[in-house]
Amino acid sequence: MNFLAYIGRAVMTVLAQLGALAIFTGRALAAIVSPPVYFRLILVQMMRIGYFSLPVVGLTAFFMGGVLALQIYLGGNRFGAEAIVPQVVVLGITRELGPVIAGLMIAGRVAAAIAAEIGTMKVTEQIDALTTLATNPIKYLVAPRIVAAVVSMPLLTLVGDSIGVLGGYIVSVYSLDFNGPAYLKNTADFLHSDDVTSGLIKAAVFGFIVALMGCYNGFNSKGGAQGVGNATTYAVVSSSILILAADYVLTALLFHK
Amino acid sequence: MTTPKIQLIGVKKRFGSKVVLDGIDLTVEPGSSLVIIGGSGTGKSVTIKSILGIIRPDEGTILVDGEDITHINGAARDKVMRKFGMLFQGAALFDSLPVWENVAFGLIQGRGMARAKARDIAIQKLAKVGLTEDVAFLSPSELSGGMQKRVGLARAIAADPEIIFFDEPTTGLDPIMADIINDLIISTVKDVGATALSITHDMVSARKISDKIAMLYGGKIIWQGPTGDIDRSGNPYVEQFIHGKAEGPIKMAVKA
Ligand SMILES: Nc1ncnc2c1ncn2[C@@H]1O[C@H](COP(=O)(O)OP(=O)(O)O)[C@@H](O)[C@H]1O
Ligand SMILES: [Mg+2]
Repeated sequence: MNFLAYIGRAVMTVLAQLGALAIFTGRALAAIVSPPVYFRLILVQMMRIGYFSLPVVGLTAFFMGGVLALQIYLGGNRFGAEAIVPQVVVLGITRELGPVIAGLMIAGRVAAAIAAEIGTMKVTEQIDALTTLATNPIKYLVAPRIVAAVVSMPLLTLVGDSIGVLGGYIVSVYSLDFNGPAYLKNTADFLHSDDVTSGLIKAAVFGFIVALMGCYNGFNSKGGAQGVGNATTYAVVSSSILILAADYVLTALLFHK
Repeated sequence: MTTPKIQLIGVKKRFGSKVVLDGIDLTVEPGSSLVIIGGSGTGKSVTIKSILGIIRPDEGTILVDGEDITHINGAARDKVMRKFGMLFQGAALFDSLPVWENVAFGLIQGRGMARAKARDIAIQKLAKVGLTEDVAFLSPSELSGGMQKRVGLARAIAADPEIIFFDEPTTGLDPIMADIINDLIISTVKDVGATALSITHDMVSARKISDKIAMLYGGKIIWQGPTGDIDRSGNPYVEQFIHGKAEGPIKMAVKA
């Protein structure tokens, strides 16, 4: 009986959390589409979310492209298919690794930063202060971050895709003795625009997830520095999990022919 | 009789199983200054936040200028919010913005005033609380606690509110700075002709800035009267509180 009560309470807690998140998401979406639009704040957030994430996304994409080329080469070698490296690298990067790597890097960098900033504002009553100054905190804090993340992520991913392919190219040509021009020709011939756009759609969704989870956890942080620390952890963990789950769902939807 | 500026009728609020407000009845007359006293964690801040709509009460009615604002939202809520100014306990300045933009925030964001004009007003308001123009361009984190309170006060009065709330305005300040803040509260409230509702556990401050005092205990207002009557309240709870005695009917909960 005690055990059942325990399970019941756990289920109720999860449902309550999901309900709260759904309400928060609804309010955020309503805030995005209703005037006024804070363009200045969106630009500031695009700098913070997009521009300053370029180095980390670029670096990780570069190494990811390189290691992908090496693995495909070594694996393909077993059945004489090592020539397929350029095609698999570009497909893997644009469809999958580009957006996912960018998403996970942003989850670590941006979701944490957003949760810490908004969480601190919450526990120091700055969010209450916004309300008393006739400013809707969801509109002022959440909407610009979500819009900025949704716009920035595809751009970041596009840069990451290019650098990832470059990483694969460099490893293939300088270490695996591929012919440079032929590698590029194979890459370009094989790539469909769908491969790139599907990745960019994923990136936009991942951007939404990261900004939303950062804001949600920040808004719900309680009780001082420790509460803000917890909010930061939850934001990173939940957005990372949601990115991988959404990745599967989006892949199934986008390539369902 | 005039319509009260603020009226609370049977306001109740609990968090989980913990009852914080258990039927608050309170009236603030226009142009008067009421101070609510009470121990830490008795629900003073919750009372103010209920009036401001930051916390929604479970039961009861809150009237401002006779209008029931308990359940209003959106544009109607914004309109009422424009009557209010609030000085928060920790000042709650926006640390991403310079001092002047903190003061001008309600004018720019809440009322759509042009930035240049709002900045001029912000600098005027800063002068009212004794801060010079060079402070306007500093970041809040560069200021001392007393200066942050002054900036918070300037922000609270920036849009010439009809009602100003002060949450523990002197807590955490040295006695001299506390007295300066008390004087500033009196002069600024008079200056804009506002009604003031303050909460504090600092009796020196309470006596100085109030016309009327109400004491909150056990989720209810257990005594209220003119400030001059506080020393002959005949109420053992009030007696214990204003003399700061450990012995008496008030039992402090160890857990807030
Ligand atoms: N948002 C909240 N959620 C849960 N409990 C709260 C919340 N706000 C206040 N409380 C609780 O209500 C009680 C009264 O708090 P408060 O009004 O801040 O006290 P004070 O009289 O010192 O200002 C405290 O025990 C506090 O923990
Ligand atoms: Mg308080």
